[in-house]
Amino acid sequence: MTSSPLANLADQTAELLATIADLSTIEQLREAEPSLTGKRSILSALQKSFGVLAPEDRKEAGAQLQEARRVVEAAMEARRRQLSQLARAQILLEDGLDLGDVVVGDVRWPASVGHPSLIAITQRELEDVFVAMGFTVSEGPEVESDWYNFEALNIPPAHPARGLWDTFYVDLGEPETVVLRTHTSPTQIHLMEAAVANDSLPIHSVMPGRCYRRDTPDARHLATFHQIEGLVVDRGITFADLAGVIETFTRAYFGPDIESRLRPGYFPFTEPSAEFEVTCTICRGVGCRTCSHTGWIELGGCGVLDPAVLDAVGIDGNEWSGFAFGFGIDRCAQMRHEIADMRALIENDTRFLGQFS
Amino acid sequence: MKIPLSWLREFVELTETTDELRAILDDLGLVVEGMDYVGEGLEGVVVARIDEIRAIKGADRVRLVVVDAGEGPLEIVCGAMNIDVGDHVPLAPIGAVLPGGFQIARREMRGVTSNGMLCSSRELGLGDDHGGLMLLDDLIDPVVGVGLLEALSITPDVVFDITVEGNRPDAWSVEGVARDLATRLRRPLSSPLLAETNSDTTSDSFASAGIDAPDLCGRLTVSVLRHVHVRPSPVWVAARVQSAGMRAISNVVDASNLVMLELGQPTHAYDAAHVAGRTLRARRARPGETLETLDGVERQLATTGRGLGDTGEDCVIVDGDDNVLGLAGIMGGAASEISDATTDVLLEAAYFDPMCIARSSKRHALRTEGSNRFERGVDPQLALRASARFVAILRESCPELEWLRDPLDVVGTLPTPPTVEFSEDDIERVLGVAIASDDATQILEGLRFKVGVSGGRFTVVPSTARPDVRSGAAGSADVIEEIARLYGYGRLPRHTPTWPEPGGLSERQKLRRRVRDVVIDLGANECWTPTLGSDRDFDFLRAGVARVRITNPPASDESVLRPTMITGLVRVWGKNLERGVGDVVIAEIGNVFTHPDATTSARMTRGGVGGALTLALPRENERLTVVLGRELDNAMTAVAYWNTLAKRLGLADVVVRSTQTPVVGFHPTRVAQLVDRESEAVLGFVGEVDAVLIQDVVDSVPSRRLGLLDVDFDALCDTSLATRRNEFAKVPSRFPSAVIDLAFVTPRTLHAQDLAFELRGANECVELVELFDVYQGANLPEGTRSLAYRVRLNSDESTLSEKDVAAARRQLIARAESLGATLR
Repeated sequence: MTSSPLANLADQTAELLATIADLSTIEQLREAEPSLTGKRSILSALQKSFGVLAPEDRKEAGAQLQEARRVVEAAMEARRRQLSQLARAQILLEDGLDLGDVVVGDVRWPASVGHPSLIAITQRELEDVFVAMGFTVSEGPEVESDWYNFEALNIPPAHPARGLWDTFYVDLGEPETVVLRTHTSPTQIHLMEAAVANDSLPIHSVMPGRCYRRDTPDARHLATFHQIEGLVVDRGITFADLAGVIETFTRAYFGPDIESRLRPGYFPFTEPSAEFEVTCTICRGVGCRTCSHTGWIELGGCGVLDPAVLDAVGIDGNEWSGFAFGFGIDRCAQMRHEIADMRALIENDTRFLGQFS
Repeated sequence: MKIPLSWLREFVELTETTDELRAILDDLGLVVEGMDYVGEGLEGVVVARIDEIRAIKGADRVRLVVVDAGEGPLEIVCGAMNIDVGDHVPLAPIGAVLPGGFQIARREMRGVTSNGMLCSSRELGLGDDHGGLMLLDDLIDPVVGVGLLEALSITPDVVFDITVEGNRPDAWSVEGVARDLATRLRRPLSSPLLAETNSDTTSDSFASAGIDAPDLCGRLTVSVLRHVHVRPSPVWVAARVQSAGMRAISNVVDASNLVMLELGQPTHAYDAAHVAGRTLRARRARPGETLETLDGVERQLATTGRGLGDTGEDCVIVDGDDNVLGLAGIMGGAASEISDATTDVLLEAAYFDPMCIARSSKRHALRTEGSNRFERGVDPQLALRASARFVAILRESCPELEWLRDPLDVVGTLPTPPTVEFSEDDIERVLGVAIASDDATQILEGLRFKVGVSGGRFTVVPSTARPDVRSGAAGSADVIEEIARLYGYGRLPRHTPTWPEPGGLSERQKLRRRVRDVVIDLGANECWTPTLGSDRDFDFLRAGVARVRITNPPASDESVLRPTMITGLVRVWGKNLERGVGDVVIAEIGNVFTHPDATTSARMTRGGVGGALTLALPRENERLTVVLGRELDNAMTAVAYWNTLAKRLGLADVVVRSTQTPVVGFHPTRVAQLVDRESEAVLGFVGEVDAVLIQDVVDSVPSRRLGLLDVDFDALCDTSLATRRNEFAKVPSRFPSAVIDLAFVTPRTLHAQDLAFELRGANECVELVELFDVYQGANLPEGTRSLAYRVRLNSDESTLSEKDVAAARRQLIARAESLGATLR
């Protein structure tokens, strides 16, 4: 019987591990690699010597060698990580800089011209129009409970009306209890709750913010988008006031020759509800492809506050009434700048951003 | 839904043009998304017979076809290959204008003259087939030279594609839309032809029906139809069903679909031979029960509810042996389906609880024409009228049909229409205009509401077709909306209200605008990076910290709410670099999210059904993140950037303190905290982007340093954390200033800007302290460096004497020494 080629495997492995432990830089490791685990290594040589073994012994020998190779390669990887961490630590040490010691007057910095985001500009213009009309500006969170995003807005759980909003649910335990807000309307509920708690009615406020719907983005829709919502709760507020506010806003923002009109719509939180449309800004009402030859472009939704919503926040509907409206900030930007594809807004291409001031 | 004008005209006389009708429908809230003109442009198209087909020399894609359309042989070049001599096909002669505006002219092709065009069904707007010419022999017995419209019995028509709002289940039918039009136009509404029972045999002698779950099934009617022959529908029935976008299948199925489209009542036909005991019962499904629905899917019934408000209940229809036949109102099972062999039919027309259907349909992810209608609310009084309409239609193809008398009608719990009361004043209070009682009454009666008016007070009971009308104050809002809708929103007045309370921005909003303006003034492009990212995006940062996850992400790269904007901005920078425009500063102001388990400041809010619970939601932290990516940018330009920003924001005493504690995303040895000395609050960090992060995020890795600034905007807004400069303005002294330079050897633990602040407070004459040199060399003790400051001294009262300056100098040195520094 020939002696097994693996007779000294344990010693040979130990020797390889010792060599690996001795490697002190990443460069050394890289150089030594072929002779330790590669083609020129003892492990590969042993593999080739299996020819002398009886076929029935080869499987056993193969397994032994495989195990040895695994141990050596693992040691190699561990050492590689160690050495690269050491190398990084060394680089970081040499690169260290006490930023408190920066002599600001000596810092030379390159000149560049900055540009605001189109959404921010649009939002600011819209806010300014409403502020001039006597509105305050309010904000609310992006993650909301089902209560604020739906139920308090008269959209009970499992109600088919929820199909109007493709909702992102946030995973915090109980299913479907927390959402990324699908509209800015939950901010209305927060405002009304706070006004009731602080006894600070009336409310005249607009609420801009980022919203989310589980949609595939296309030229006209983004899954993340921005809305601005308006809420008025006061004494003696009617549908006529709503129509008047929409009309004043339309002329102030889009220009004196742009008109608005309302047509019946459905939102669970308003009754009567309306969609509001403005004169197509492309064809000025003549009719074109953009407005499907109707001369009108749909901008948003609005309506008189539903008694059920006032009820949910504890406002006395006999004393107070109100209206709400909402529309897309991104959509306004798209209309004003004739942006063919909304996705340009999230590309953050500085060649696009650089056009706005 | 698709509604042909001709169908509407069976219910109400309409003399308006289609454009006028479109405007009226829009104004009624029945928004017309599109109009299809059926048969338009086909007036000149005639039936032609193919007499000869010849090859054209040098052409292998087209052939010369000789046809006869009644006026002798015509040569036409044609590319279709599905034709033989003797076939009849449509011919558009010279001068015809096809749907879409395509005008046929005489054309030369391959040296041959083509005198018209032979058409496919798609070219004529009559179908989707564009694989070859429309072969008329398959459809009719064609006569050469006859107009195509006449040959196919097509009446030109317009099909409106109408979007029906969720609160208008009644309008999801031809009759419902016609009712709105009739009311608006003040014209009478006709009823369709209804059948009557024609048998002396009573229904209960043949079949039985029952309800075991009266809350889920409010009404179950079963009509028994005998001597049914399942065969194709009459042409007009098939055409109607097709015009509304459904497929024609057989007379029984088509009648059911036609009734649903026309009146809004879904019905279901069972083969009586396959219903045990000829019995239909509605009951709750039991846990463990299964059903194979008609779509071939095996469904587990009555499983545990998923999500808020789901009771897990299913309503099912069972037979006399208690076997489940179908998922009530949603889809039937295969076993009792109508087949060609069917002769006796049990026709179910029912009312199911809308929420029950909505929950089941969502849980089983099974939406059907039936479930869509039931979940919004079908008129509970419609069932037997719909059955009578069904029989009237089916009888056309089955004259021998027998409808047993006294159809079964079992009633469970039905909603009672509310009685809504309001006054004329209430209408004005909501709409801002008075509407005459007569006008309001005419409108409501047109909608089949019961109206009583007495002394300016209305008592209204809505039609059973309008389950959306609620009771109480909400109900009067619903009814007043109907008055406004039919009256016309455009006729309502407009009034712009004013109020004494001032509008304006909050301090926070003003500060945000200022931050944005300064950041942009300093050369940054404002970005909008995604709020949702992948795990991988944030593995490098915040490893091991609980993440805020999306339950239903559309893709893995939209599954985590961002805990930082650094990753997104570095990626944006990388993309711009790839485009060759990477020499930029980019910034974003936005929210980052922390899991409620990983923060002490989770947002507590109302949640759960009815808002009865308190939930801990993620912390939303608004931040400003700036990445400086121009060629010379690095940690030092970031510090200079911050310095300017802090001054412009009026922050009184924020210092840059380098820190040994790693800050995620930052270069570990080039990072500093921005500390408010008054509050000791950390307002943010400044430094460089960690090179490992750049490698991780940017594909083509350039060796470039990126300056980084990450500021907590929430903290900036809090004046107890971010101390503001005193608002009182100081008028500078008229007397000349004295300037002295002081260099100190200071321990590394003493931050340069802290020392500057201390020096500023050392003597009342100090006007300005400015670091102008840092020296570190071998000749200084270990762990120290030399900091050189320029100090400007000044007095409001007089020019400072040498003595004053010397005294101030001593005080400055003493203050520095008290902090461990020594004069160099």
